Amino acid sequence: MSKKEKKNLIRIIVSLGLFLILFITDNLLEGGLSSVVDSWLLPFFLYLFVYLIIGYDVLWRAVRNIFNGQIFDENFLMCVATVGAFALAVYRGINGQETEGFDEACAVLIFYQVGEWFQSYATGKSRKSISELMDIRPDYANLLLNDGTAEKTDPSDVRVGDIILINPGEKVPLDGVVTEGASALDTKALTGESLPREVNTGSEVISGCVNLTSQIKVRVTKEFYDSTVSKILELVENASGQKSKAENFITKFAKYYTPVVCGTALLLAVIPGLITRNWSTWVYRALSFLVVSCPCALVISVPLSFFAGIGAASRYGILIKGSNYLEKFSRANIFVFDKTGTLTKGNFAVEKISPEENADEVIRLAAIAEHHSDHPIAKSIRAYYGKEIENGYTLTNVAGAGVIAEKGDNRIYCGNEKLMEMNNIPFVKENGIGTVVYVALNGRFVGSVLICDQLKTETGQVIGALNDMGCRTVMLTGDNEAIAKNVAAETGLTGYKASLLPQNKVEEVEKMLSSKKQKDVLCFVGDGINDAPVLMRSDVGIAMGGVGSDAAIEASDIVLMKDDLRGIPLAKRIAKKTMAIVFQNIIFSIVVKIAILVLSAFGIANMWLAVFGDVGVAVIAILNAMRVNTKY
Amino acid sequence: MKKNYKLENLDCANCAAKMERLIAKIDGVQTVSISFMTQRMSIEADDMRFEEIMEQVAKACRKVEPDCKIIK
Repeated sequence: MSKKEKKNLIRIIVSLGLFLILFITDNLLEGGLSSVVDSWLLPFFLYLFVYLIIGYDVLWRAVRNIFNGQIFDENFLMCVATVGAFALAVYRGINGQETEGFDEACAVLIFYQVGEWFQSYATGKSRKSISELMDIRPDYANLLLNDGTAEKTDPSDVRVGDIILINPGEKVPLDGVVTEGASALDTKALTGESLPREVNTGSEVISGCVNLTSQIKVRVTKEFYDSTVSKILELVENASGQKSKAENFITKFAKYYTPVVCGTALLLAVIPGLITRNWSTWVYRALSFLVVSCPCALVISVPLSFFAGIGAASRYGILIKGSNYLEKFSRANIFVFDKTGTLTKGNFAVEKISPEENADEVIRLAAIAEHHSDHPIAKSIRAYYGKEIENGYTLTNVAGAGVIAEKGDNRIYCGNEKLMEMNNIPFVKENGIGTVVYVALNGRFVGSVLICDQLKTETGQVIGALNDMGCRTVMLTGDNEAIAKNVAAETGLTGYKASLLPQNKVEEVEKMLSSKKQKDVLCFVGDGINDAPVLMRSDVGIAMGGVGSDAAIEASDIVLMKDDLRGIPLAKRIAKKTMAIVFQNIIFSIVVKIAILVLSAFGIANMWLAVFGDVGVAVIAILNAMRVNTKY
Repeated sequence: MKKNYKLENLDCANCAAKMERLIAKIDGVQTVSISFMTQRMSIEADDMRFEEIMEQVAKACRKVEPDCKIIK
């Protein structure tokens, strides 16, 4: 609660307390407060006192804004309504009628302030929840000086190549590479991932993480304004600068709503007043109108819902760049995926071993032959083997075919079909999809290893979930038809386009964009590497594993900080729920407001009901908006 | 030129919308968006007259909400 809110809360409580005392005595005393001294002046002054406590700022703002040419200002409208009610009561008092209406005027203003206070509290709270989530801005960096001591420095003064020290409990201030030490990093604020990430010498670290266990030295690779933390803060701070249709509708509605209601109020006071000559009744009804004329509840509840939606998503490491994208994404029904690195892990791994006799022997021999290669295929074989590799072999590369490893009498042949054929080794052909490595020992074939880019574990589940939501799922890939078909069948993709060159991807997306129906929303999902043009071209561009890739953050509309596809259906659920709540709020607020207007026009609703309705709508809409930010 | 500013003491959502409408009418302003939730204004205006335009923008803001300040 801010200072201002605290002050206003006390003011509300005090005036409400005083009001209740007055109100109760007024109603308990036979003949009311005015019977005490037999004059309407007593209740007038008592209520006026409360009125001024609760309403002095509203009155002041109303006066000030009139001089600024702001007529349809809610402060002004509230003043007209309440001062009008007072005036009516005074008029009655002067004419010797029973005075009523002082209490109403006070109550209207008290409840108006309650509503304002609640709005301010709710928006403040929801702002805070986002800023806490994004509490990743580093305050300082420990710059390591030449004499070996560390100095606290502003992160923006640190240059690329500088070495910084990061102690346990401190935030990583800049992106860099660990040069000394090993530790675990908490990446929760960035990715929503609760498992700490292990880092050691050579690992890249990303600003915004928190160092957990021990001190590390890091060589800075990016200046502060370029670092992940700056990019994310910029993105979050500018989110909701892009407004959704719903928000634009509501501000437009508000623009006409207030003048129309005020105009109707004027007509309501004048025309039936002239006809019936019963001025006080009709003026009173018109004043009730003014109480409902403030559109603030409507205007606040819609952006608040979007804000809560964006906040909810960011808790799961999903950054949405604006409420318009949230709105669009809730309708997204065509999902186009890049294959490598998005649906698949983008790294090669042993998929299958087809041994003549012993599978372990095949992989052991292959590991020996591929001992010193940096090729991803060699790495995947070594990773699969995972044991100490026998030393002492002489390795000979056979260009375009493979490797021959020799030690004593043993000759290991490890490579493709060509290597087997060149050495006249009969082998069993492997027809699986991917890269095949054949292994032979001393001229005898021992087996083959099938290596392929593996699907992410969650791919099938995510595609299934999207298909269940009625979406089309399409994969774009540079791989050949056979591989693409296989992947599509395995994951349940509804379509695929194979053998595409990188530049064809844009064309393909263009084609899909021009052939889709107007209400369809096309979403492209890529890992952000070389995808920027497609990400920008599609209706909603989603970049995955955005941490560390500036291009992706800039080109996309939604960034999944965690390299996990499950963020997509999750974001879709959040977007859908947000939109549902936005529509509920719009419909609910408009319907209730109109209902109150109609009821007060017919004299069924009095000012009490009007103000309860108005503030009640605001509170309910805000509470409803807060519902977006629950667990998913 | 597009710039972002933080707004202080922007207390009501409808006021933000009103300011936005007033600012959009200022000559030389190409786009303007005020977010009540993030208390930010993003404005795109002619490079040459940016300073002058910003003065008018500040005036428009004061007109709607006199307490509201544009933080540069």
